[in-house]
Amino acid sequence: MSVRIRISEDSVAIALGADALATALAQAAAQHGESLEIIRVSSRGLYWLEPLIEVDTGQGSFGYGPLAVSDVESLLAAGFLQGAAHPLALGPVESLPFLERQQRLLFARAGKTRPLSLDDYLASGGYAGLKRVLAAGGDAFMAELEASGLRGRGGAAFPAHLKWATVRGAASGERFVVCNADEGDSGAYADRMLMEGDPYALIEGMTIAALCVGARHGYIYVRSEYPQAIAKLQAAIGHARAAAYLGDDVLGSGQAFELEVRQGAGAYICGEESALLESIEGKRGQVRARPPLPASHGLFGRPTLVHNVLSLASIPIIARDGGAAFYHFGRERSRGTLPLTLGGCLQHGGLVETAFGLSLRTLLYDFGAGAKNGEIKAVQVGGPLGAWITASDFDLLIDYEAFAAHGAILGHGSVVAVDASCDMAGMARLAFTFCAAESCGKCTPCRIGSVRGGEIIDRLRDGSAQHDQDVALLLELCDTMRDGSLCALGGMLHYPVRSALTLFPDAFPKWRAK
Amino acid sequence: MPPSADSDVISQLIAAHGQQRGALLPLLHAIQARFTFIPAPAIPEIAAALRLSRAEVEGVISFYADFYREPPPLHRLRICRAESCRACGSEDLWQQASAGHGAQTAIETVYCFGACAASPAIEFDGRLCCRVDAAQLDALLKDAS
Repeated sequence: MSVRIRISEDSVAIALGADALATALAQAAAQHGESLEIIRVSSRGLYWLEPLIEVDTGQGSFGYGPLAVSDVESLLAAGFLQGAAHPLALGPVESLPFLERQQRLLFARAGKTRPLSLDDYLASGGYAGLKRVLAAGGDAFMAELEASGLRGRGGAAFPAHLKWATVRGAASGERFVVCNADEGDSGAYADRMLMEGDPYALIEGMTIAALCVGARHGYIYVRSEYPQAIAKLQAAIGHARAAAYLGDDVLGSGQAFELEVRQGAGAYICGEESALLESIEGKRGQVRARPPLPASHGLFGRPTLVHNVLSLASIPIIARDGGAAFYHFGRERSRGTLPLTLGGCLQHGGLVETAFGLSLRTLLYDFGAGAKNGEIKAVQVGGPLGAWITASDFDLLIDYEAFAAHGAILGHGSVVAVDASCDMAGMARLAFTFCAAESCGKCTPCRIGSVRGGEIIDRLRDGSAQHDQDVALLLELCDTMRDGSLCALGGMLHYPVRSALTLFPDAFPKWRAK
Repeated sequence: MPPSADSDVISQLIAAHGQQRGALLPLLHAIQARFTFIPAPAIPEIAAALRLSRAEVEGVISFYADFYREPPPLHRLRICRAESCRACGSEDLWQQASAGHGAQTAIETVYCFGACAASPAIEFDGRLCCRVDAAQLDALLKDAS
């Protein structure tokens, strides 16, 4: 009987050599007369161990990694197909501390199933939620959704059931469900992992949403930087349609739902929901003034439910296990789990999904294993518009309200750590450079403030002759952008800038007499 | 625009993609996938087919970083310069690439490929590379020149 080997087909695993490894392993095994079956699965999110291979040994899934093609011969010689010892052996993968301490709901299938296999999806609890909703009806699910305590995972943390109720309660007529898969906050990659690794979960979530709010058409707007996610979603939609999970008559319910993928075109601002709707309509991705909100006047002027990837992927879990089961995870008003993505200078970069309430310190040291070189100097949570946080505040809990009270944001749950080598004034400059490059140009504080702010930082870094005035000007500009910008791009830029300035004043040197 | 093979192709693409709602971005992606850029003669045709002004079509093309108005160089090197990659040396890669690339390679800034656990990340001709070091970038640049 052939031994089953799992290797990820996640885009980052491939970038690290997973395809070459799979090919080399198959060839070498054939030469050695070993019988093995390589299946390509999603990623566990243990990126420091990628390319990782897992072997079904009968006593669990044994891992080896990070591997190079040059390790293949020694693996076979060691007898890795029986789970034998090897310098790169990891033992049972699910017992690795990084994984064992997680509570994976959205990423329960990560590393186990073939992303495009509908059979794998069904065998792992997929579409059980949709079937329950079809049997029990939309009213019953609305109650479950409220009981779950789910809040939008895009950063604003708005209670999901209120948004749904608005669209559901809109006057009769056309309405839409839109997935914002263009939230391109640097540092956040859980959306990419989910779309590449578990596309049916997103499709099922959108289908349930559509049935509940009465939408017959949905769009997934995906950023163009994620080509594999786009291809996977398009393929999965085709398979789902062929099996009647999408189409004119979803599972014989008499209700129709069609889903379409739209590719972004390299504009970060289209992760802002109103700019995203403009972009789907075929326009420049410029932010709309609000009100009205998309829930009443959204895509093509119709009521539209807009959610991000992780919010929608939570829906099948709530539908299948019930709202109370979801609410059981988390604390206070932050319920369920949050997938956090570790990046930057950490030793163990990867995906950590746990219930809300973990401390930043636990995340950085118990999961992230600290910095590769020296100490962690600071972390930025929540993407390019998130505040910098230093070691004295690492006891902060992962919780929307706790972060807000600290003057920080949780955003998408991205965590980027930097070490002593990082130039913090350079990071503040990056925030303005990024904002200037990605501003849609509609409102003045963002369009012009981002350019002027960058110039002030440049002066401060050079040792400004008018240091104190420049610092005061910069802080005033931060306030103006916060209060006067139409959307979060300009409106939240003050977080990384002000925190860098406050925590690292030495990075902005006083004028030195020449 | 005089009749030509290109004109026929553009008409076909408009016929294939122009009927959907909000057709402009999918149509521009399809045209660029065929021609590597948006040829100027396509713009009035798109405008007429979608009942837009030429200015509206031009405005959309110029808004989005992905669309090219001119044929791009043969190779495209995209370097992520966001926080995680920056903390892992992307600025050094940027300097190296800026100094050492041939005329046939365009170098572009990207903010995040979602590979932040394996920074720094670059993309060369559509292929993502992670944990990139100077030697690896040097080899890519040599191949391209």
